Amino acid sequence: MTGAVFVRNYAAPEWDRREILRYSSCGEASAEVEALLEECIAESTKALSYKVCFAHFPVNIYGEEIDLGFARVKSAALCKNLASCRYAAVFAATVGLGIDRLAMRYARTSPAKALMFDAIGSERVEALCDAFNAEIKAEAAKEGGFTRPRFSPGYGDLPLALQKEIFRVLSPEKYIGASLRESLIISPAKSVTAIIGIGKNN
Amino acid sequence: MDIREFLKNNVVVLDGGMGTLLQKAGLRPGEEPELWNITHADTVEKIQRSYFEAGANVVNANTFGANTVHFEREKLEEIVKAALETAKKARESACAPQPKFIALDIGPTGKMLKPYGDLEFEDAVAVFAETVRLGAKYGADLVMIETMNDSYETKAALLAAKENCTLPVFVSNAYGEDGKLMTGATPAAMVAMLEGLGADAIGANCSLGPKKLMGVVEELLENASVPVLLKPNAGLPQSDGEKTYYDVGAEEFARDVALAVKKGVRIAGGCCGTTPEYISALSQELRGVSPVPLTEKNITCVSSYTHAVRFGESPVLIGERINPTGKKRFKEALREGDMGYILNEGIAQEEKGAAVLDVNVGLPEIDEKAMLTATVCELQAVTALPLQIDTADTAAMEAALRLYNGKAMVNSVNGKEESMRAVFPLVKKYGGLVVALTLDERGIPKTAEERVEIAKKILATAAEYGIAKKDIIFDTLAMTVSADKNAALATLGALRTIRYELGCHTSLGVSNVSFGLPVRDAVNSTFFALALENGLSAAIMNPHSVEMMKTYYTFRALHGMDENCADYIEFAANMPVQTAGAAAPAPKTEGRSGKTELQNAIIKGLREKAALLTKELLKESAPLDIVQGEIIPSLDIIGKGFEEKTVYLPALLISAEAAKCAFEEIKAFVTAKGGESVKKCDFVLATVRGDVHDIGKNIVKLLLENYGFNVLDLGKDVPAENVAEAAVKTHAPFVGLSALMTTTVPAMEETIKLLRARAPWCKIIVGGAVLTAEYAERIGADKYAADAMETVRYADDVFAQING
Repeated sequence: MTGAVFVRNYAAPEWDRREILRYSSCGEASAEVEALLEECIAESTKALSYKVCFAHFPVNIYGEEIDLGFARVKSAALCKNLASCRYAAVFAATVGLGIDRLAMRYARTSPAKALMFDAIGSERVEALCDAFNAEIKAEAAKEGGFTRPRFSPGYGDLPLALQKEIFRVLSPEKYIGASLRESLIISPAKSVTAIIGIGKNN
Repeated sequence: MDIREFLKNNVVVLDGGMGTLLQKAGLRPGEEPELWNITHADTVEKIQRSYFEAGANVVNANTFGANTVHFEREKLEEIVKAALETAKKARESACAPQPKFIALDIGPTGKMLKPYGDLEFEDAVAVFAETVRLGAKYGADLVMIETMNDSYETKAALLAAKENCTLPVFVSNAYGEDGKLMTGATPAAMVAMLEGLGADAIGANCSLGPKKLMGVVEELLENASVPVLLKPNAGLPQSDGEKTYYDVGAEEFARDVALAVKKGVRIAGGCCGTTPEYISALSQELRGVSPVPLTEKNITCVSSYTHAVRFGESPVLIGERINPTGKKRFKEALREGDMGYILNEGIAQEEKGAAVLDVNVGLPEIDEKAMLTATVCELQAVTALPLQIDTADTAAMEAALRLYNGKAMVNSVNGKEESMRAVFPLVKKYGGLVVALTLDERGIPKTAEERVEIAKKILATAAEYGIAKKDIIFDTLAMTVSADKNAALATLGALRTIRYELGCHTSLGVSNVSFGLPVRDAVNSTFFALALENGLSAAIMNPHSVEMMKTYYTFRALHGMDENCADYIEFAANMPVQTAGAAAPAPKTEGRSGKTELQNAIIKGLREKAALLTKELLKESAPLDIVQGEIIPSLDIIGKGFEEKTVYLPALLISAEAAKCAFEEIKAFVTAKGGESVKKCDFVLATVRGDVHDIGKNIVKLLLENYGFNVLDLGKDVPAENVAEAAVKTHAPFVGLSALMTTTVPAMEETIKLLRARAPWCKIIVGGAVLTAEYAERIGADKYAADAMETVRYADDVFAQING
């Protein structure tokens, strides 16, 4: 079953307002900022979608190099993370173009709202990753396995260039509407790729 | 035989999946299937032959991802050549008797187009053009553009096909479970755009199984006058833990697709997960099924990248405010290149209920083509409303129509030979709904009859260009009733005849009628009601006019267009109160805080209140006194709080926005009086090349503007060359550069070097998450600013020294 790409759609994960405020560099929110936050949450609800595409790949470690079947990459940090893992779930997640559109709509006309939408997008995509990650963890546990904390290209010494290989093998353009720029950042902006190591308990 | 001939009397059967079968034959995940045309031609040929044997009329050459994004030019030619040779061999060796065609298959580039991604529209056109030319050269019978999930990329592909070959072009999109494309377009919106651009068939493929695509298919059939295509997946992929499979079997698939054919689909096959077995079952199922005849749908509509707006059901409001005519403030914005002001005009009209936005940015002293295309692209990044391209400059019109994402409204053509010769070819090529003015070489006729004659002439000429009646909307020209008592009657008479006898839709620029009269709103809204009763389909009007909106909502309620009067009731509940005389009293100092009302409004970030109070203050105070005595002190209070970390960023921003609203009132007041607004000096601002984060930069811009700097915002992802050019052109004393990623700091260093060489006078301020003071010094900046306030303080100090 390795290599086959699957798509999952999610309902909106629970909102974490404190986290949104943190992303918008706001320690304590005044009444006016609270009102702005609620207004932006209401406006973004319809614009958000929660999609993940993923596939499972075998993990083979050779020194500081990891062979994931579709790519071979050198990273001490990922080696450490994936040590004892037999498989990895490689995924791409996005909350869609709608939130980018909102941020763009307000970039020139209300930087305060643009800032809020940016923060909302960051919180939403992390919440989506958490939801997907929890499922992968539960699925591994059902078969007597465990998962490792998810790891993204660009973390530690894992090259950002791995994005290219991930995009080649998952085709997120097709499945979730996310595409890679020349600069290796993803459009829509609130998208994430990551690797979740999966191992078996002995 | 041309497939269009075959299609006239037959249902066309397409092939099924290729990728899944190649994977079974050993294609590895991530490996490019197009290379197999060269390395495994036999395998590809065998699959294609089996599709012909299964009864397919059309087999796609294995060229889905064959484009210059994925391959070098020479390699690409080798691939396309091999792909078509292989498909032809499969056709020759197949013994099935049906007519057989080979399609050049064109899939998405995998890149997202600007403004959301980094691919330029014209670059996308060039990528597809290359593949199309090769496909035509090596003998494809038709072009199959498929699996596109973005309307803009679909347009680029179709335009490239039409410009680079004469083959028939089928266009198919991948719709999601919500019945829309990934970037938001509905099937109706896609039909509007693709028929306008000349697609020979329009359809849906991939993403879902046939049952789940039925809603999309029905919407396509309801809107399309060209044949509809359907090529679904074999359901959704499932896994049993060992292997993956699709959840719709061949028999069920064939039955479902045949059902769609019976509803009117004319071209049918399969996508991911389908095999020759599926196509064979489908061919069996379709045996003896006669094609549903095509019907002309006669839908008059325009579209954006999300939706279509139809004419003839409910009156369509076209917002007229993006137009410099008679508006000093708008002219100033155009001259300064103040895109933010223009975009705000668009958003404000959308919020008031406009369904289409007219876009006119013509001024004698500006480059209209550049300004119009920039405005159209920027507007399409902030609003999903369809646009009406309003210009007399046909070069500007063509450039805007080409870049427009959807089917635009075109304003305008008239009965003059010269006008029709210039405009009709553009409408034919790019699609569009064109506003036709009933005037010609002799001018505007006095009578209704003569205007109708001109309309007939315009229709006949349009037909010669291949433009259908449904794509012309007549404006019978509202003339000033104070100059001619029968003016309105002539307009209404022509309107009625054109609507009910010629069967065309109509539009009017309503407000001309009241020119020179007092209380113009009253005349306009009554005339609007009369025009609606005489068959008016759309009006170019000011959505901020309460009287006009009253007429609009009332008319809809009285004409059975408003279920339970729900829209009217909602409008009435939110109807703005007439403000004359009931304004707020002069600002007073509030008790303990010692702050004025305006200062409090700014500090709390109350935008409307800040604007209203400023308006009131302007009645008795000098603009500069308000700035110095009210606005700047409030900004200083909140700015100081931010520096002392008692006020956080969002609070600083909402105050700054309220201050901007106050400034906007002052600016409007000063320009109306014919004065120049007071500016400190120019400040060039940009996010450097490669970086697309612009939130920080926009925050700096807002605050600089509040403190009186004239900010030239070059946007994000800006090449060093453009920054230097702007600094030299304006001789700006300041340049601000932002970078948020470690990977783009080198681009910042390069920009600074170029600025030092070309604009040695300017002070360079840098900022962004990855920068530090030390790093800023190392790359040669004058100043590192940790936040927007620090930028403002620094620029203010230096400015004071220079002018000190």
